[in-house]
Amino acid sequence: MPINEEPAAGTITAPRAIEQETAADQATLDRSLMALPPDASLNEYLAAWFKRVRSGESGVLPVIAGLVVIIIVFQIERSRFLSALNLVNLLQQSAQFIVLGMAEIFVLLLGEIDLSLGYSGAVGAAVMTILAYPPINLGWGFAILAGLATTAGIGFIQGQIISRLRLPPFVVTLAGLLFWEGFLIWLINNQSPSNGGSIRIDNPTIYNIVNGTLSITAGWIVLAVGLVLFAVGSVSRDRRRRASGLVAPPLSLTLAKVAGVSVAGVVLVAICSVNRAAFTGSTVEGVPWVVPIVIVLVVAWTFLLGRTRFGRYVYAIGGNREAARRAGINVHRVRVLAYTLAGLTAAMAIIILDSRTGGANTDIDGGQTVLYGVAAAVIGGTSLLGGRGKMVHALLGGLVIATIYNGMGLLSLSADIQFMITALVLLAAVIVDAVSRRGRSA
Amino acid sequence: MTADSTAAASEPQEGTVSRSASAGREANPGADGQADGGPASDVLLSLRGISKHFGPVTALDGVNLDVPPGRVTALIGDNGAGKSTLIKVIAGIHQADQGEIYWRGKRTDIRTPHDATELGVATVYQDLALCDNLDIVANMYLGVEARRHGMLDETPMELKAKETLAGLSVTSVRSIRQPVGSLSGGQRQSVAVARAVMGDAKLVIMDEPTAALGVSQTAMVLELIKGLAANGIAVVVISHNLIDVFSVADRVAILYLGRLVSAGPASDYDRQSAVEIMTTGGLSERENANNDARAAS
Repeated sequence: MPINEEPAAGTITAPRAIEQETAADQATLDRSLMALPPDASLNEYLAAWFKRVRSGESGVLPVIAGLVVIIIVFQIERSRFLSALNLVNLLQQSAQFIVLGMAEIFVLLLGEIDLSLGYSGAVGAAVMTILAYPPINLGWGFAILAGLATTAGIGFIQGQIISRLRLPPFVVTLAGLLFWEGFLIWLINNQSPSNGGSIRIDNPTIYNIVNGTLSITAGWIVLAVGLVLFAVGSVSRDRRRRASGLVAPPLSLTLAKVAGVSVAGVVLVAICSVNRAAFTGSTVEGVPWVVPIVIVLVVAWTFLLGRTRFGRYVYAIGGNREAARRAGINVHRVRVLAYTLAGLTAAMAIIILDSRTGGANTDIDGGQTVLYGVAAAVIGGTSLLGGRGKMVHALLGGLVIATIYNGMGLLSLSADIQFMITALVLLAAVIVDAVSRRGRSA
Repeated sequence: MTADSTAAASEPQEGTVSRSASAGREANPGADGQADGGPASDVLLSLRGISKHFGPVTALDGVNLDVPPGRVTALIGDNGAGKSTLIKVIAGIHQADQGEIYWRGKRTDIRTPHDATELGVATVYQDLALCDNLDIVANMYLGVEARRHGMLDETPMELKAKETLAGLSVTSVRSIRQPVGSLSGGQRQSVAVARAVMGDAKLVIMDEPTAALGVSQTAMVLELIKGLAANGIAVVVISHNLIDVFSVADRVAILYLGRLVSAGPASDYDRQSAVEIMTTGGLSERENANNDARAAS
């Protein structure tokens, strides 16, 4: 952000408007507001934040605004859009986009891309399905671990090829896309020749990842534990910073943030606690397992990127690879690890997809799936050029894509219209991002 | 002799002015002995007979150079004179084919950048090697992050970064948590220097620190360089800008086609003579300079 308040030497040359919203402000509002005096009041914080938004560092605001608009439009068109049944369905649909978006963010932050994640993830999910199916009948835990390890291994190998041989990731992972599609078809047809290219998920636990729910009581307990951890973590972190003489947001702001997250959590669990199958006379209620799984994954990966050396190095390499190399960072190792984690996360995404559809299929469109993952990350605000992005972008972008997909399904729009509208939303997201960033230099 | 002679480095009158301005700063002429024998005892880094070949190309040919602590040594020369190769040898990026390196009078080898860092040599490259997307603290600690329980420990990093910047009198930075991409050129240079000296550097090498900077930014960086030397740090500056060179340098070393053709106190040179040596190898001046140096030691 151009700084015009100080008359110091720094203002003589025009400040550069390079990628501004960055890893630097990744944690939260508080870190990006360090310019404030240590005893800044809530009002000063809000004023500084407002100034940031006006100068183009709007962060995730446009996506959230866009999501609200889309929801309002669909709700006006179809009143059952905001019903508990549809909202929970929407959450279940969004999980695959969100998780695949997170997988892609690991490589997008490096300024690279992995086009193979759809099919390599599908291979991992197929391995899991086969292992959990007769005659092998491995337990769900080992089957899932094997599935995750398979795709992580694929990511590792592709990362090695890209990094060691200095090949363009686009081409290597494009080859991966084709290769793993072929491998997937071979694997499934070989294992189950008479089933027309699909293997049913036999294990109830794996099936329940998306389709099963926590009991209502368990849902509230998980929410309470999560909120307490979040509140204690936020407040104690601020206190530690203040004790060391560093700037921390005022307590009221932190508490407001905790309150906001609490309200969102309560609404979420409350919606999921409604009996969604009352119209059929049966009972379906509770938070689907996939919701806490996705949230834990977002938190864990955010933590990994924001608070560990590995995460810092991913941003550094995406920002300036040569600088990272000169700083003594093992660029090769970080890149390979990023591809490996992308693979691991992609396997989770396709496991979630297979769990929802009830089986591993050869006709999964891994090419389109992976591009939806990229789209989720980009709609959320992650840069394709590297160095800029956060895991929460995949969460927001994935929700946007799933909402469009879901809403247009309710409107009974055909696939042609759906594709075109999704494309326009993606384009709009990129335009909003570019235009708001242009505003920063003005 | 008009004042409107602009940037032309060969204008003699400006050089004369610079020379007189810098002459009074030579506080310790004893450190300027550029003897051809063993290194003097009060010298931090000594190079003896350093040669480097890239295939058939001779980049460095028997370079002798002494770098005293607490002084700014300007390394100047035309394009292709070997300035960059020489600092890369000191920084451990290239290894010399022949020659010896002495650190505080003791023979040493610098084989890798890590060796150089261990000795206390920090290099600030022309492109600064900063990550624009990371904040100042993250850039200063890149590769050497403080950790607690395996996680980044931001508090001590932020405190130390603040302290280091304050020690360099860098006060114009609004927030050390702002991304480096939002800083001005001079501020970026300051961050790069702060990063270099934070690791307890004894010798800071700066490659073209004022290139592409505005007037006021340049002044800021030159102050920073003087500040480093005042703190007892040896500074080697590569620059094309002789105005800047003569405003900060205590000593000048001139490379010509891979050979160190002249070295001595900055007061022995003016811009005219420096340019002459840079472009022609200036044999006669070289003799004089060497004689002066011997006389001084």
